[in-house]
Amino acid sequence: MQLYLPIAEVSVNAFLILGLGGIVGFLSGMFGVGGGFLITPLLFFIGVPPAVAVATGANQVVASSVSGVLAQLRRKGVDFQMGTVLLMGGIVGSAVGVWVFSLMTKLGQVDLFVQLSYVLFLGLIGAMMLQESLRSLLKSRQAGGAPIRRAHVHSWVHGLPFKMKFRASGLYISVIPPLLIGASVGFLAAIMGVGGGFIMVPAMIYLLGMPTKVVIGTSLFQIIFVTAFTTVMHAVTSQTVDMMLALVLILGGVIGAQIGTRVGVRLKAEQLRILLSLLVLAVAIRIAVDLLVTPDELYSVAPGVLP
Amino acid sequence: MIRLLALLVTLVQPALANEVIVAGMSQNRVSITADFDGSEILIYGAVKREAPPPEGGPLEVIVTVEGPSGPVMVRRKDRVAGIWLNNAQVRVDSAPSFYAVATTGPLESILSDTDNLRHGITIERVIRAIGIASEADKAGEFILALLRVRTNDGRYRILEGKVQLTEQTLFRTDIVLPANLTEGEYKVRLFLLRDKRVVAHQEQVIGVRKEGLERFIFNLAQERPLVYGLVSLVLAALAGWGASAAFRLIRV
Repeated sequence: MQLYLPIAEVSVNAFLILGLGGIVGFLSGMFGVGGGFLITPLLFFIGVPPAVAVATGANQVVASSVSGVLAQLRRKGVDFQMGTVLLMGGIVGSAVGVWVFSLMTKLGQVDLFVQLSYVLFLGLIGAMMLQESLRSLLKSRQAGGAPIRRAHVHSWVHGLPFKMKFRASGLYISVIPPLLIGASVGFLAAIMGVGGGFIMVPAMIYLLGMPTKVVIGTSLFQIIFVTAFTTVMHAVTSQTVDMMLALVLILGGVIGAQIGTRVGVRLKAEQLRILLSLLVLAVAIRIAVDLLVTPDELYSVAPGVLP
Repeated sequence: MIRLLALLVTLVQPALANEVIVAGMSQNRVSITADFDGSEILIYGAVKREAPPPEGGPLEVIVTVEGPSGPVMVRRKDRVAGIWLNNAQVRVDSAPSFYAVATTGPLESILSDTDNLRHGITIERVIRAIGIASEADKAGEFILALLRVRTNDGRYRILEGKVQLTEQTLFRTDIVLPANLTEGEYKVRLFLLRDKRVVAHQEQVIGVRKEGLERFIFNLAQERPLVYGLVSLVLAALAGWGASAAFRLIRV
């Protein structure tokens, strides 16, 4: 069944979009990532103009995150305090990111900039996560039992002022690290046009030492707000949110997210991390290949603007 | 009175030409609705004559369909430090979003360069790119690339021999409009040729418009962007909540 998209002005197969939304929703429910880093490149691939893909992807992430958060909420997997602190940092970071993005647009190399940051951050985070989770998996195999995980390790982080109690996470730490993490994730999110869950999740686990149980829900919680902000910004400044495309993606996505959340609960934390790291690495490699391999067509045509 | 008569005569003059096109189309408007999947338009016509066909070469027909034009950026990738990136660009002042040329025979044997230039028939003559030579070296290659990319997309088509002409009088052709159509006025031009020269021509217009839901969404996005953005958010949140609630019901 073909569907004509009113804003993107292309005709696409409705079932393809539905399936695409479903797969991304499944992954987002399972890993607690918004799925923006997957949906945007996939939409490019089926011929949706990049600007529409970025803006509509953000809208879709709102829906799958809401669906995911509600599922997490019932098992008390959301730390609202931590989410709010992260979000406050995130808004500041994203404002700076939008400014840098417009600067790069003026220089005319925004595509390359976005691609390079995808390769760099996805590659780095994917490799780090994979290495860490493989090591812990190996350790637990050798020990022949569950890995002994200390509740928290004292480091310089704990010496910082403005300490706050995060009940749901069982943490008593300074608000400065979460604020900084929120800001840097917000910054990257604005530049790469994604929610930033794939950066947020490892940052919460490894840098803040939050228990995996609350990481996914909290990440989704703050992604809702970041992507909601992005969607409205895109709708107002460039009219590139395609409601029709978003609705079909969402329909697939929310169903996928519900299934994903249930599957994610069954998997062990280490397995989950290995899978997420492999996924992140795969996307990074895919984009890197695009940059390195000689393209079939060296020229590209884009509608221009009147001077 | 005499002056008026003289004016009338000059006005009617083109109609008195030996051969005149009488043409029609299967539809003169295309509605883009949610399930729009391209459209086929039949363009047909006849040659009206007051006298027997003139001496000379056989009659040939060319039909062109031209979508709304706009400026485009053509960019070229180059390898810089091992990475392929957009390194050069050329702005083309005006290129149609869609262009099809249907003919009764090979273009070079039925159309002279002078008449092609005068009437702007082939796509190369329709694209306007003034002063691009100063923008990049080998600017001509950018125009060729534009033609190549859009031909591969199915946006530019040359349909040689796709106009059927019967008895030197009746002609018809089908033009397929692709699914990724841009909204606007599509200009249809019909040319009669003899000995590589245009002897008569005519213009018609096909209106392509979004209709129904497509129209509503597009207008809302353009005219009330903030409302549109918020509605998108509310729909997204509702869908997310709805799916969550539905799944809980299924489980219980």
